[in-house]
Amino acid sequence: MTRASLALARRALFNALRRPQFLAPLVIFPTLFLAVNTGGLNRTTSLPGFPAVDGFLDFQLAAAITQSLLLGGVGTGIAAALDIESGFFDRLVASPIPRAAIVLGRILASAAIAVLQVAWFLVLGMIFGVEPKGGVLGLLLVLVIGVLAGAGFGALGVFLALRARNASTVQGLFPIVFVILFASSAFFPADLLSSPADVVAAYNPLSYIADGIREPIAFGRAAAPILEGIAAAAGLTALTVGASVLALRGRLGET
Amino acid sequence: MTSSLRATWALMRRGLNEILRVPAGAIPGVLAPTIFLLGLSAVFGAAARLPGFSAEDFMTFIVPVGMLQGAGFSGAATGVNLARDIERGWFDRLLLAPVPRPVVLTGIVASASLRALLPASFVVCVALALGVDWPGVGALVIAAVLVMAFAAAAACWATVVALRFRTQQAAPLMQVVTFAAVLFTTAYAPKPLLSDWLAAITTVNPVTLVLEGIRQGFVADVTWGDTWPALLAAAGLVAALALLALRGMRRQGA
Repeated sequence: MTRASLALARRALFNALRRPQFLAPLVIFPTLFLAVNTGGLNRTTSLPGFPAVDGFLDFQLAAAITQSLLLGGVGTGIAAALDIESGFFDRLVASPIPRAAIVLGRILASAAIAVLQVAWFLVLGMIFGVEPKGGVLGLLLVLVIGVLAGAGFGALGVFLALRARNASTVQGLFPIVFVILFASSAFFPADLLSSPADVVAAYNPLSYIADGIREPIAFGRAAAPILEGIAAAAGLTALTVGASVLALRGRLGET
Repeated sequence: MTSSLRATWALMRRGLNEILRVPAGAIPGVLAPTIFLLGLSAVFGAAARLPGFSAEDFMTFIVPVGMLQGAGFSGAATGVNLARDIERGWFDRLLLAPVPRPVVLTGIVASASLRALLPASFVVCVALALGVDWPGVGALVIAAVLVMAFAAAAACWATVVALRFRTQQAAPLMQVVTFAAVLFTTAYAPKPLLSDWLAAITTVNPVTLVLEGIRQGFVADVTWGDTWPALLAAAGLVAALALLALRGMRRQGA
């Protein structure tokens, strides 16, 4: 199981790295948003109720990371759907490897890509003046939450690919990424969101993931938001991995 | 002349037929700007409380952003369709037909311009339903003209990319440039509230003038002083990018 998962993860990773046109949007769009949000709304840190931060970039970095990881999930879903469309998935099913490895390989690759995504934004932030308040340990915690969330979003992508079975349907879910993000406290403090976004944000796991990533970058190492972030990312991953394994079984049962 | 017009009409109708034949294909282009309008208003709505913000509320301020994003998506979608035609060989057959290249480009671009009215109308309807004040017929006519012109410019850019890379995989390059062109303007806040570096970019970005031309009717009265720079900027964008697209077309099969 482990060897097959690792081999499939390596294949998925190399495929992603060989086609930068699929990988680049994962960082280009969130980087553009980060730049525009920071440049356009930097004065909002002076609004009553906005938590004390060094700058809006410190606050927005977590939003960019979360957005990038979500887009990574869509990318993983598209790659999995392309495998189904091309028949590679059926050949894997016919081969003597554990079925769960087909799903786990993709999810492991998502987690590996998440390391690159988190690193990109942390380096970018530090180049433009962010001084992470949580220190080196804080950055490691950001990486832990990012990798867990990246794996969870990747599993969600695989689940959607197994249900949809074609890449264009999975790609069509791209706007949904923004709906989920806008209905969270990823971009702005929960207390300053308009209704009903503030109510939805309180129940959206993405809020906790983003706040967990944000804490070591912008504020320090307060335990509550970091633990909530880890719990939300781990819970999401457990749920989506389970759902994708069940979707795989369901698909195999049909064939 | 008549045959050129007939060819332009046929190509434009072919582009628009896509919406009628595959309505689901047009949904993301309509949905995405609407999601941005609603999402950005919900998230960044408090920004309108900043001193110096020139609109009653944030949604009123960003309606033109949604309209231009819709136009950008329409232009990019036209480029993706052209890339698909190139991949399937249909475009090469079209170039063999006795139709001048500018006519081919006009047909492609005109379909994008008309198509852009769909997301723009939807965004305006949603905004009006949610309490944005009626901007007046004159303001909407000016907005429609500017949206169509921006969609034409985006379609010209997407055509340049499609002709250069000859694959649908170049779609992100078509989208990201128009996306950035709209966002690196006074999209989120008036110029005095922007960071210095972004304010500098908005000054040289002609799309800022187009955006402000659409915005004027939503936040205040329409004036000729705000309208003519927007029209001039839009015309300049279309002319410059159309020249690039025509150059790309003339190189095909050369």
